[in-house]
Amino acid sequence: MKITQISIFLENKSGRLCEVAELLGKNNINIRALTIADAKDFGVLRIVVDKPKEAVDILKKNKMVATLTDIVVTEVGDQPGGLASVLRLLEDNKVNVEYMYGFVEKFSDKALMVFRFDNPDEAIKLLQKNKFKVIKKEEIKSL
Amino acid sequence: MIWNEKVECMNLEDLKNLQSERFQKLVNYANEHSQFYRSKFLNAGIHIKDIRTISDIQKLPLTTKDELREQYPFGLKATSLDRILETHVTSGTTGNPVAMGYTKADLDLWAEVVARALCCAGAIPGNMIQIAYGYGLFTGGLGLHYGALKMGLTIIPCSSGQTKRQLKLMRDFKPQILACTPSYALYMVEGALEEKIDPAQSSWKIGIFGAEPWSEAMRTQIEKIWAMEATDIYGLCEIIGPGVAQECHHKKGLHLFSDVFYPEVLNPETNKPVGDGESGVLVLTTLTKEGMPLIRYVTRDIVTMTNQRCPCGRTSPRISKIKGRTDDMIIVRGINVFPSQIEHILLNIEETHPHYQIIVDREARGLDKLEVMVEIKEEFFSDEIKKLSSIQERIEKRIESNLGISAKVRLVEPQTIARSEGKAKRVIDKRQL
Repeated sequence: MKITQISIFLENKSGRLCEVAELLGKNNINIRALTIADAKDFGVLRIVVDKPKEAVDILKKNKMVATLTDIVVTEVGDQPGGLASVLRLLEDNKVNVEYMYGFVEKFSDKALMVFRFDNPDEAIKLLQKNKFKVIKKEEIKSL
Repeated sequence: MIWNEKVECMNLEDLKNLQSERFQKLVNYANEHSQFYRSKFLNAGIHIKDIRTISDIQKLPLTTKDELREQYPFGLKATSLDRILETHVTSGTTGNPVAMGYTKADLDLWAEVVARALCCAGAIPGNMIQIAYGYGLFTGGLGLHYGALKMGLTIIPCSSGQTKRQLKLMRDFKPQILACTPSYALYMVEGALEEKIDPAQSSWKIGIFGAEPWSEAMRTQIEKIWAMEATDIYGLCEIIGPGVAQECHHKKGLHLFSDVFYPEVLNPETNKPVGDGESGVLVLTTLTKEGMPLIRYVTRDIVTMTNQRCPCGRTSPRISKIKGRTDDMIIVRGINVFPSQIEHILLNIEETHPHYQIIVDREARGLDKLEVMVEIKEEFFSDEIKKLSSIQERIEKRIESNLGISAKVRLVEPQTIARSEGKAKRVIDKRQL
């Protein structure tokens, strides 16, 4: 199952990231995973939140540039070689990864990897067929 | 030394008579040979017979840069095309550039005024000059070249760029004079240090710097580092190129060669003359040009002018360094940049709004840098950095190919560039000029 990620354009100016975080906090939106991709003078903040639709509405209302992207979250073992096993599978099957980032679940021995694929549906099928757990939307909220 | 002592030190009454005589001739010549001026005079209800002395100049209409653009390429010519021996073209805006044509007599005039400027800066025949202004459509390189030939200098026609080679030639040939933009003079300091050359030991003793505005602070810096006299030269392609005015070693304003280029300083709002020492827009009339004479051309450069006599003996009026512009043109690394050029480029890039701001700054090492802040359109926001970077690069490439100058493009969020009522503040010039 695909998960919705929010990407936010960030100008490289002081306090901008803090503003975004405060805005989401004030509106009771919980950030579950986060990464920042930065170019020379701007960045893209990518977040997975419990209420993506609401979050985007709030961001846009506050004149921020935000967009929704489908991503896939899968569990990997939180141990040496855990990440390699899933990457090997993707590599062998020539699945292109646009970008990825990881986070660790609080109450489990697994780590979570966020993947942005060209073709998320096929990637999900491949992962599931190979016994990787793909996280569902509902699970994001309860993580 | 003074190149043409007879006219450069002429008493003011004789100078005025000479100007009047040339002016009357010019008006008749333009009326007879220039279709542009004939219809301009007709439309303004001018009777040529009423124009007798230089004081009558105020009765004539002004000529603007927009008119020159409309007349591109040779609509302003006052002679047959086969008598035009050379042409120069300004870096244009989005529409047409301005093209100027020089007859043999115009080229002789150009060499004469540049020879005067070189002497005014302190050159003497037999000196060697390194010309590091660009050669080509830009008037800087060739203008200095013709003047240096005329007054008998040994020329190293380097053109601009290739700092290492410039420094090598300076070290090997030992020229006394350097002609380039002031920012390039500062830029070369870094190159010298890299080459383990002590700038204070350079052979250059006189600098002839122009084509862009520069400050007294910059002069002090250049003079100290290179141990040379840094003088300011003024000119513009429409009038002739470099050689309209030049500082002498007193550095108290630029001597304007008013026997051939008649200056007026007008209030830009009312177009009425301002008083001695008050600032206004410089308006120039080419008293003796044949190819494309200009009458009351509005330069858009803001200056003050004084008629007080300079201790050097020259009687010509002196203008201040350029204090600003009446339009929003900026000069970056010697190249004229109009915000409308940037706007035009952005209008053709669908991913961005034509909301932009241009920031000009001068790096510590002396070169001007241009930064363009551009608002990205929400629908084109991608969460992939490479797509955003490619928009940036595309704009940078177009600016470079259209304007001939490199700029750094910075994408910003929509609605972040201030919109003001009326005229938007498109340019932030942080240079301390």
